[in-house]
Amino acid sequence: MRGLRKAFGRHLVLDGVDLDVGHGEAVALLGANGAGKTTLLRVAATLVRPTSGRVLVGGADGGRDPEAARRHLGFLGHGTWLYEDLTAYENLRFWATLGGRPASASALRAALAAVELERWGDERVRQFSAGMKRRVSIARLLIAQPRVLLLDEPFTGLDQRSAKWLEEHLQAFKSAGGAVLMSTHSFGRGFGVADRAAILAGGRIAADVAVASLGSEGVRRLYEVTVEDGP
Amino acid sequence: MTYAQRAFIVLWKDVVTERRSKATLNALLFFSLMLLFLFQFTLGGDRERLVSALPGLLWLGFVLSGLVGLGRTFLLERENDCWDGLLLTPGDKSAIYLGKVAGNLLLMLVVEVILLALFALFFNVDVARALPALSLVLPLGTVGFAAVGTLFAVMTAHVRAREVLFPVLLLPVEVPVLLASVKATEAALAGEPLSAVAPWLQLLVAADVVYLVAGVLTFDALLEG
Repeated sequence: MRGLRKAFGRHLVLDGVDLDVGHGEAVALLGANGAGKTTLLRVAATLVRPTSGRVLVGGADGGRDPEAARRHLGFLGHGTWLYEDLTAYENLRFWATLGGRPASASALRAALAAVELERWGDERVRQFSAGMKRRVSIARLLIAQPRVLLLDEPFTGLDQRSAKWLEEHLQAFKSAGGAVLMSTHSFGRGFGVADRAAILAGGRIAADVAVASLGSEGVRRLYEVTVEDGP
Repeated sequence: MTYAQRAFIVLWKDVVTERRSKATLNALLFFSLMLLFLFQFTLGGDRERLVSALPGLLWLGFVLSGLVGLGRTFLLERENDCWDGLLLTPGDKSAIYLGKVAGNLLLMLVVEVILLALFALFFNVDVARALPALSLVLPLGTVGFAAVGTLFAVMTAHVRAREVLFPVLLLPVEVPVLLASVKATEAALAGEPLSAVAPWLQLLVAADVVYLVAGVLTFDALLEG
């Protein structure tokens, strides 16, 4: 992302964001409530047009050719993208087919098994808890096999076991060369996956540090100082 | 994955969802019954007035129930941010449009058949002999209505005053379809051959083609907003 600016009316949310996420890398996007993390992810996902600036996803320009950028993307936002009156299996089948990646019944069942929902595959999603719905959304991402993952607080609503599974999956995704940009409030769950932490404050990336060099406690202190003082 | 398969999966999803929730169908049937009671109350036993007004009343019923159904087309997609998923899905978005049009067409035709049967029952009108002609006229009229309705439903899905804006935008554009449909229905119910209203049928077919093509060409831009 280069010089990314986004204003809603007079309210400038992003004010020149520069951020790179390389292959095999995970970046945790930190920031206070309203800092613009979700907006940044939605702009990166080509869901929201930036006021100015540029987003490249897998070499494709998200502004000029969003269609090409979208072929590389997997997005997990606050919404689950689930139809409540379809079963978990039917939801996966729908998104896989619409996305041009029709999966076999066994592949869909395997994705549900990966998120430990194989027993619930034929139940309507309406009956699921928020955490279970989140897991179905993650199964959707597994089937789509994107190269870039944009995750908006992916650990929200997940129990310890599912969170651990997601951490392991994200590590494997990185090892296979995938790129991850995820917003998070937490320095605990999921933070261990991140190679870098980018702190969004005042509409800009106020700090971008390697997690290994500071440790999660060091990043927490830097976050507190940055968010309190502003960029 | 072919274009047709992508359109079909959208239709399949809408049909399965509606079959299970019956949210729109129940609302439409209740609304249709209310209309029938209202018409019955207004026209009473005046058979002459009834026969002359029947084609218009039928289409008024179809249009009003259609407005309720079409207006809800994209509400389902807003739930759980499924709209984002439709946007981010790679591939030609017009397949989604055609799937949605087919879903709306199916729903409207079901309601129309039920309404027609209820009209026959309530007003003691013999529609059996007009059925062959009506089975051509009703789908033709409904295609045009669903094609534009689906397009305007996506346009107004994120507008705050969509309940007001949707019919205000839709109805003027539907005037050719409605005029032709009412004229052709009038001929069908009167037992006249459809060749007598050939120009109206031609207008109906032309409007259907124009509206569908316009929908296919513009849906992507409208979905992106």
